[in-house]
Amino acid sequence: MILGRTLDERMLGLQRQGRIGFYGPATGQEAVSLGAWLAIAESDWVFPGLREQLLALARGHSLVTYMHHLFADDLDPARGRQMPCHPTAREVRYVSMSSVIGTQISQAVGLAYGQKLRHDPGVALAFFGDGATSANDFHAGMNFAGALSLPVVFCLTNNQWAISIPVQRQTHVDVLAEKANAYGFSGVRIDGTDVVAVHAALKEALDRARTGGGPSLIEFVVFRMTPHSSSDDPSRYQPADFLVRGRARDPVARLARLLRDRGVLDDEVVRTVAADADARVRSAVKEAEATAPPDARSLTTDVFLPPGSGGG
Amino acid sequence: MTEITLVQAVNRALFDAMRADPDVLLLGEDIGVNGGVFRATEGLIKEFGPERVVDTPLSETGIVGAAIGMALYGLKPVAEIQFLDFIYPAFDQIVSELAKFRYRSGGQYPCHVVIRSPYGGGIKGGLYHSQSAEAYFAHTAGLKVVIPSNPADAKGLLTSAIFDPDPVIFLEPKRIYRAVTGEVPDGDHRVPLGSASIVRPGSDVSVFAYGAMIPPVVEAAKAVQAEGLSAEVIDLRSLVPLDEAAILKSVEKTGRAVIVHEAPRFVGFGAEVAALLAEKALYSLKSPVRRVTGYDTPFPYALENLYLPNAERIAHAIRASAREG
Repeated sequence: MILGRTLDERMLGLQRQGRIGFYGPATGQEAVSLGAWLAIAESDWVFPGLREQLLALARGHSLVTYMHHLFADDLDPARGRQMPCHPTAREVRYVSMSSVIGTQISQAVGLAYGQKLRHDPGVALAFFGDGATSANDFHAGMNFAGALSLPVVFCLTNNQWAISIPVQRQTHVDVLAEKANAYGFSGVRIDGTDVVAVHAALKEALDRARTGGGPSLIEFVVFRMTPHSSSDDPSRYQPADFLVRGRARDPVARLARLLRDRGVLDDEVVRTVAADADARVRSAVKEAEATAPPDARSLTTDVFLPPGSGGG
Repeated sequence: MTEITLVQAVNRALFDAMRADPDVLLLGEDIGVNGGVFRATEGLIKEFGPERVVDTPLSETGIVGAAIGMALYGLKPVAEIQFLDFIYPAFDQIVSELAKFRYRSGGQYPCHVVIRSPYGGGIKGGLYHSQSAEAYFAHTAGLKVVIPSNPADAKGLLTSAIFDPDPVIFLEPKRIYRAVTGEVPDGDHRVPLGSASIVRPGSDVSVFAYGAMIPPVVEAAKAVQAEGLSAEVIDLRSLVPLDEAAILKSVEKTGRAVIVHEAPRFVGFGAEVAALLAEKALYSLKSPVRRVTGYDTPFPYALENLYLPNAERIAHAIRASAREG
């Protein structure tokens, strides 16, 4: 979480200096990624939205590789083809993200179908935001998953904003989790700033999916503590007290309080963790900035597998 | 070798591919118990069960999205969109996702998916059971677009598509699903994607077409032959990848070209063939490239025979092409 916070501060700064092109911070939403990481198994697949990169890193995706992606350089696994914050990390079953809202929901359902067909113990997790509940594939994916009773967990991170549109304008439903009722499976709303609650809710949904109980929807209520992205200015639309309310529910501070109460965290540990995160991010930035842009030849590769290269 | 129809050849290809590879599975609307509204998937559920012949809810975006997820997992899904006219809800999944996964992931996430869909007019299907939407897909980098015109090619091209590691939009000319029978090789018969075929050799005018337009083109070629005109009929078979060499070779020989498709003319696939000829065969051309196409209107119901190119219109264009220059 400290690493995520460090990344957000540093990368937004670098974007402002023109050193990376774009950044989508996750500040305020870190407990969802961390709680998910604690709950999922190696066999589970993650279909991310914009703010789940911390989950890829927690699962073992290299910070340096991620930094190459943010800098869109020649060592980015996707050769700088996507805007920053759209990483691909197959080695940790983290699916390449697109900027299109909601499409990953139906895709996660299809992957879950494959898992069920092959008697794979894994579960597919689809992450998306409150805005995505208005998109076509939310309905299509939820409906498929219910009708075919598939091992998928829909992780709806309600950060209360779809860029400038407040969730109250997104839907007439007060509790988004209730939408699951229409598809015939369980939906719960929990406090997504509390790692323990996130973990518990996911554990229950994952256990249900693994034992043939079908899909679940979990609504994680969080506060988007930053602009939507480096291209956004919330002062145009967000009431001033939103951040004040959000700060009272800062997931990092909440977890720190819990751990201090349990006596497993003190100032010394906080300092060490922060210094370590800072050093890792600095070193990764240095490495990525020293890397050349993608080779011009990569413009035309990976459209199709070249003939004669064998399998897919 | 057996004499079967085009739709039976599709069915045969699916049977053979599913027997050969347990990773191949089908999904779509009404494809299981009902065997598909055109019976393309008849009998498959009986042999392979409902887990591999999946009747889905009525949602094209769900079908294609799920097919993508299955492919990301390592399966080889063949999705059926019941009519090409109904594919648009899935357009986002096809254009934004299916076509881009390999590229955007640096090859980590290829999409081994086939989307089969009956297309085209001539069955009294009106606006929404008749469209030829191939150009939308051919325009999108990352998709292959394949259209057979006879039973043997239907089996050979579909088998190649199913075992191709990239997404293939496989369009089936429903007007001739049962109109003709032809001999189809048994076993693992494959026609490579990206190879046009010379349906009828000729020396005066080249005619390029695909799918359900091949029969009227052949009829037109026969008609002008009686007048002493020799038309070479080339079935493109695959729009992406396009067999440019076959197109250029034919026009270098004849110096004249007519392109036929039932889709509307404006920005139709014929425009791409015409541009190719302008760029790479201009000095071989003796007369302007001509197109015989559907009109720039929505697809009509009562007047569909007026809308669709027929042998008469095609023969007229061949004569005009031969006369000019």
